[in-house]
Amino acid sequence: MVKQSMFRHLCQAAWFALTNGYGKGFATGKIYQGPTKTLCVPGLNCYSCPGALGSCPIGSLQAVLDSSKFTFSCYVFGLLMIFGSLLGRVVCGWLCPFGFVQDLVYKIPGFRKVKNLPGHRMLKNLPYIVLLFFVILLPSLVVDIMGTGSPWFCEYLCPSGTLFAGIPLVVMNSSLRLAAGLRFLWKISVLLLVMGLAIKIYRPFCKYLCPLGAIYGCFNKVALYRFNIDEGRCIQCKACQRVCGMDIKVWQNPNSAECIRCGACKAVCPTNAISSTLEQLRRKNERKEV
Amino acid sequence: MSMNKRNLPGWGFLFLGIALTAAGIVRSEHETVLTKAVNICLECIGIG
Repeated sequence: MVKQSMFRHLCQAAWFALTNGYGKGFATGKIYQGPTKTLCVPGLNCYSCPGALGSCPIGSLQAVLDSSKFTFSCYVFGLLMIFGSLLGRVVCGWLCPFGFVQDLVYKIPGFRKVKNLPGHRMLKNLPYIVLLFFVILLPSLVVDIMGTGSPWFCEYLCPSGTLFAGIPLVVMNSSLRLAAGLRFLWKISVLLLVMGLAIKIYRPFCKYLCPLGAIYGCFNKVALYRFNIDEGRCIQCKACQRVCGMDIKVWQNPNSAECIRCGACKAVCPTNAISSTLEQLRRKNERKEV
Repeated sequence: MSMNKRNLPGWGFLFLGIALTAAGIVRSEHETVLTKAVNICLECIGIG
């Protein structure tokens, strides 16, 4: 299980390095301005991060919706559908930089860990509300006389943008430092709250706020990468649920919208009853060869 | 249900996603994304 978790963290670190590899940006306090930024990366990765080589899908979605030219974004919804139909929330567990940071913060020892916030059953629906209001409706409907809106989620909620873009840019760029005011303090407060909770609760932002997770979660049941329970093998010991940071009854609902596909349940299952579609395909091919 | 049949919705969404992305490129949405992404987003970092 430790080996599996280490492998996942290595993948998260490698993906972060690959998609945020513009070292000059971190050295100069400026951002990359090349053509790869046309493409969205699958995870929550602010395009104003000095190292970012791609665009954040949630930022891009708001950018298209709040522009005066478009009322719907075929491009960003299309890309989200491609990522979602292939991987579902594998993106959250393996490719999201802010998810990686929360994973690391949760490892800080000396604090009693709790599975969920009080009121979890209601709070777990918050990401859908954030998606609907802060990402889609407010940027599209609250517009100025030119027909241009604002990226509400980025502006008021996104702690990933504060961590990967706001703090590095404000530290390195003196003109931005002078311009930082109350809103920057608000965003720092949101980031500190999320990070503080992340020490005790596994991935609080993913559980209670992330609109991108809400989108990918809708694909978990139909994505080409899914989990399956072999009912003949499952002894219903609930070891999978106990180890699950997202507190999912994996043995009952292996493709829950909250599952981030970290794979801890597969690693801990004593009877190997949980398998992914990839493993099933591999077994099928092996049987064919025999 | 066989695995191939269970994969059908996934393949359907994949092709729909590709079609939507292509439609977005035809509508030049990708240029809006690029224009936003190559400039520092002051709202994203809490300024402006």
